[in-house]
Amino acid sequence: MKYPIKITPKERLLKAIRMRRDIVEMTAAAGSGHPGGSLSAVEILVTLFNEFLVIDTDKPDWEGRDRMIFCKCHITPAIYSILARVGYFDPTKLMTFRKLGSELQGHPYRFYPKGIEMSGGSLGQNISITTGMALGLKTQGKPNRVYGLSSEGDLQEGQSWEAIMSAAHYKLDNLILFVDYNKLQIDGNVEDVMGVHPLDEKFKSFNWHVIEVKNGHDFDEIHNAIAKALTNKGRPTVIICDTVKGKGISFMENQVGWHGRAPNKDELAIATKELDEQEAKVNSMK
Amino acid sequence: MAREMLLSRQGWADTLIELGEKDPRIVVLDADLAKSTLTCQFKDKFPKRFFDMGIAEQNMVNVAGGLSLTGLIPFVTTYGVFVSGRAWEQIRTSICYGNLNVKFGGAHGGISVGPDGATHQALEEITIMRVLPGMTVIVPADFYETKKAVRAAVEINGPVYIRFGREKTPVVTTSETPFVVGKAITMKEGKDVSIIACGPMVAEALDAAEELDKKGISAEVVNLHTIKPIDKEALVATAKKTGCVVTAEEHQLAGGMGSAVAEVLAQNFPVPMEMVGINDTFGESGQPRELMEKYGITSKQIFEKALKVIERKK
Repeated sequence: MKYPIKITPKERLLKAIRMRRDIVEMTAAAGSGHPGGSLSAVEILVTLFNEFLVIDTDKPDWEGRDRMIFCKCHITPAIYSILARVGYFDPTKLMTFRKLGSELQGHPYRFYPKGIEMSGGSLGQNISITTGMALGLKTQGKPNRVYGLSSEGDLQEGQSWEAIMSAAHYKLDNLILFVDYNKLQIDGNVEDVMGVHPLDEKFKSFNWHVIEVKNGHDFDEIHNAIAKALTNKGRPTVIICDTVKGKGISFMENQVGWHGRAPNKDELAIATKELDEQEAKVNSMK
Repeated sequence: MAREMLLSRQGWADTLIELGEKDPRIVVLDADLAKSTLTCQFKDKFPKRFFDMGIAEQNMVNVAGGLSLTGLIPFVTTYGVFVSGRAWEQIRTSICYGNLNVKFGGAHGGISVGPDGATHQALEEITIMRVLPGMTVIVPADFYETKKAVRAAVEINGPVYIRFGREKTPVVTTSETPFVVGKAITMKEGKDVSIIACGPMVAEALDAAEELDKKGISAEVVNLHTIKPIDKEALVATAKKTGCVVTAEEHQLAGGMGSAVAEVLAQNFPVPMEMVGINDTFGESGQPRELMEKYGITSKQIFEKALKVIERKK
């Protein structure tokens, strides 16, 4: 299937709920994984994959595709979910996540499943990969864009700032980096563990084009930010999205503990009920 | 023996230009050391295909990875200690795990870096590069072999690490000497002891063999330019032939070329073995030759170890 496509506000919401179901079901089935940061990135991924990324899921290696690099790679539940749901592979495979012999490794491996461009899991490394791909395409005069999805955890790694410095130095205006800024990490609040605030000022001082999304779960706001980024010339763009870790599941929202733990059977039942209610509400919309 | 002296890093730089002329996919990255590694010569010729990444090796390695994902063939060059050490995990997780087509030139390998001292004398790269699945590790003996190694690296789809030194080193091969990655070269036939060497130590091994000859001892000299994949067949064959082995490298003994040889022989054809290399210490400032002598990595030590290992056969 070829993207981008046009989707309605209702479809956006339903796709997000579908992803949230995948995230809690996959982690519950695996007994491990990272639901919190997966849930915070849902609206970013639904918007980007459906409405902007130039891809053909039937031809994952098509030269003319945009490149999507995941920098925060622990959010494999969200990554595999969006890839399956846009059509790269059969969603029934999602339940093999993290199991022996599965293509769906705990952190992604470059060679599978389809739609994955690069391995990842060691934070900071893939902002450099994103930079290198943008530099490579630009050097060869190719028009494709490179998108990266990072987190503030990524931005604690010194290497990330090397990458950010070099992307601006080489004026990589074909690069758009998202920061899923959910403000929590394993050991606690980001600002308590190792503060990264103010991110916008940091990127500005590194000569990046900075767009802030005040509500990283608002589809229109995300859409408008990407549309604006596409008109930018002469420097890379960062879209800093203010998000809620664990978004959409009441007991996971803003809870550090849900960074890297799977819901048990009872917790999955509660999450599913909440998602059922959300879906019923959306379906009652016109 | 008097031999022509040439810079292996010049072999690296010349060949990058030679390949760059034929293949537009060749790009070169350096970390503010282009004048030292001589990749500045590639930059002069192909300014749009040269990327100075500043003093930021971790980013340089992964940017090279990203470039390779767009179909380019990046050659990353800087001092060996920085690229192999500081960016080790980038090489591990991004480059080797993903089998990205990135080539590494580890310049200033060995204690013969000289007056810059221990911080700049890379003595660990063979160990920490050969442990990585999918990595090819080559330590060319001289200028001509460096050229051949660079050409061969392009033919490999995946990461390759090529180590070379700072100083001019004795030329022991010619432009015609056959070179195949993973195939050791017998530089001199012999029957009493096998001396297995890599890099500039091949010349030291040949000198030692000449001295041994004078004593009526016939030494075989093997140039093990590729540490990984290692030439098991050649190693077992020479061990069978002579019954004892001396290894010689300008590198830490722990995990280095000699260790790699020991892994093969211990499992396939154990024979008495002695190792010449840096023995669990850092270097210091000094003239290259002075350092080689002080740290015990010259033909003299190879000669002595050969006599010792032959005794152990009895």
